[in-house]
Amino acid sequence: MQLTERAWRIREKIIQMVGAAGSGHPGGSLSATEIVTALYFHIMKHDPKNPEWPERDRFVLCKGHAAPVLYAALAEAGYFDPAELNTLRKFGSILQGHPDRKRTPGVEVSTGSLGQGLSIANGLALAAKLNGEKHRIFALLGDGEIQEGQVWEAAMTAAHRGLDNLVAYIDNNNLQIDGDVREVKGLTNIPARWEAFGWHVQEIDGHDLAAIIAATEKALAVTGQPSVIVCRTIKGKGVDFMEGQADWHGKAPNAEQLAEALRQLQRRGK
Amino acid sequence: MAKGDLIATRDAYGKALAKYGAEYPDLVVLDADLSGSTKTGVFAKAFPERFFQMGIAEQDLMGTAAGLAAAGKIAFASTFAIFATGRAWEQIRNSIAYARFNVKVAATHAGLTVGEDGASHQANEDIALMRVIPGMTVVVPADAVETEQAVKALLDYDGPAYLRLGRSKVPVVFDDDYQFVIGKAATLRAGDDVTIIACGIMVEAALTAAEQLAMEGISARVVNMSTIKPLDEEAVLAAARETGAIVTCEEHNIIGGLGSAVAECVVRHYPVPMRFVGVKDVFGESGDPETLLKAYGLTAGDIVQAVKDVLQAK
Repeated sequence: MQLTERAWRIREKIIQMVGAAGSGHPGGSLSATEIVTALYFHIMKHDPKNPEWPERDRFVLCKGHAAPVLYAALAEAGYFDPAELNTLRKFGSILQGHPDRKRTPGVEVSTGSLGQGLSIANGLALAAKLNGEKHRIFALLGDGEIQEGQVWEAAMTAAHRGLDNLVAYIDNNNLQIDGDVREVKGLTNIPARWEAFGWHVQEIDGHDLAAIIAATEKALAVTGQPSVIVCRTIKGKGVDFMEGQADWHGKAPNAEQLAEALRQLQRRGK
Repeated sequence: MAKGDLIATRDAYGKALAKYGAEYPDLVVLDADLSGSTKTGVFAKAFPERFFQMGIAEQDLMGTAAGLAAAGKIAFASTFAIFATGRAWEQIRNSIAYARFNVKVAATHAGLTVGEDGASHQANEDIALMRVIPGMTVVVPADAVETEQAVKALLDYDGPAYLRLGRSKVPVVFDDDYQFVIGKAATLRAGDDVTIIACGIMVEAALTAAEQLAMEGISARVVNMSTIKPLDEEAVLAAARETGAIVTCEEHNIIGGLGSAVAECVVRHYPVPMRFVGVKDVFGESGDPETLLKAYGLTAGDIVQAVKDVLQAK
């Protein structure tokens, strides 16, 4: 299957599962779809039949509320039966509202509280270096998330330790729950901030699969320095009434909206 | 180590890490700019490649420890108790305990006996903060002998844990043949009239108090409850049934710590009168440790008073 087609199928699954759950976070899942698709279906070495394969690359979804995009990718890749997606957020489900490594095959670490994931990714990267292992660590952060102070503690650690086996992506959709990230907390010049913290920085269109892959390859070739790829994205990408709307950060579509969203996504996926 | 030697539990901790470093190749140690004080520096010197200096960043300290544990390491993360359990509480809760990673939060400078640094640095709430997290094991060693054994036991235990250590030198109360087991209390002195259940530096005070009480004809059992969680309910209930009254002693707020854990057990299964020796829901202040323990009611004399008081209610 073409990567582009895969991405649109993942979007469909995101909308379906959030619709079935009646709650969840579609906006930031749809903005991160190409990043997650490129990782799971092109960039990362992993084995859905053997989630604990020691040589696998590791993915940390720092913005844990975008669990639907991760779950959709894991189901598509074959980590578990896609029928499970309809149990999202329901009692007893393997798919918790935010990622829980104890319940979901393929989920490396438990996230959901913003700002904590990059430190964990650093720990994974440090362990790989200590063990002389070659796998890589990929972390996906939200732009609003980098308002958390711990992100910058972790940014310092990764640069100080020269974690060149770590690539971070920022899903720069410019929206957080209460509005525009630039208005909520003056979050401008994101690339310059990371550069000042000693990271190798690239800025790309986060919906361009080829650009994500090329930037990742470039990032992995960098030595002695961690890399961040600032991905310009559109929150709610692919569903016209969700695009660019902060309101769709954490809200499920009703039956009518669900049907319309799926109709749009199926048309785009063709 | 001989009985009566004065050794801070943080010193025993640093030595134990270095001692077990070779035997446990997966052991890694992290610190947040306090390795000289927490004594993780002793390990850093012996195993520099397995020591991670995280700088003044306690949240990142806990998160990085979680990541190292996610990769199969046994991660000991150290700083002062107030910063470990206070500032980084949610990282311990979400990044470590909820994921059930094998991280040991080993914090020093707990309690009033931090001394001169004053209230900002005196963690009298840490046992409560750690005890309330599901699945956390909480260990408060009484002396250097027990600290070394607790480090070994926690190395062998797969799961999140909190190890509470002190700054000040305290007398060794255990012989070298003492065996620490997670979740097992040790009866240090037999007695029938009342049981004194203590942890940490208060164990020594409890033994002194029992000695004084014996001279007045009161037979006090002394129990070292070094694991606060999981609590040795059997030992607590034996104390309740066989002595009919309990006094708890801890260098911690009387809310939420050892006393609360014992009371939660006693009221459920076998209610008996209790008294609580500890910090009475106030902040500490600067002063030398001994003066502070006197001023805040944490001496052997205070335990004797509490015992006499609880016997009135029996």
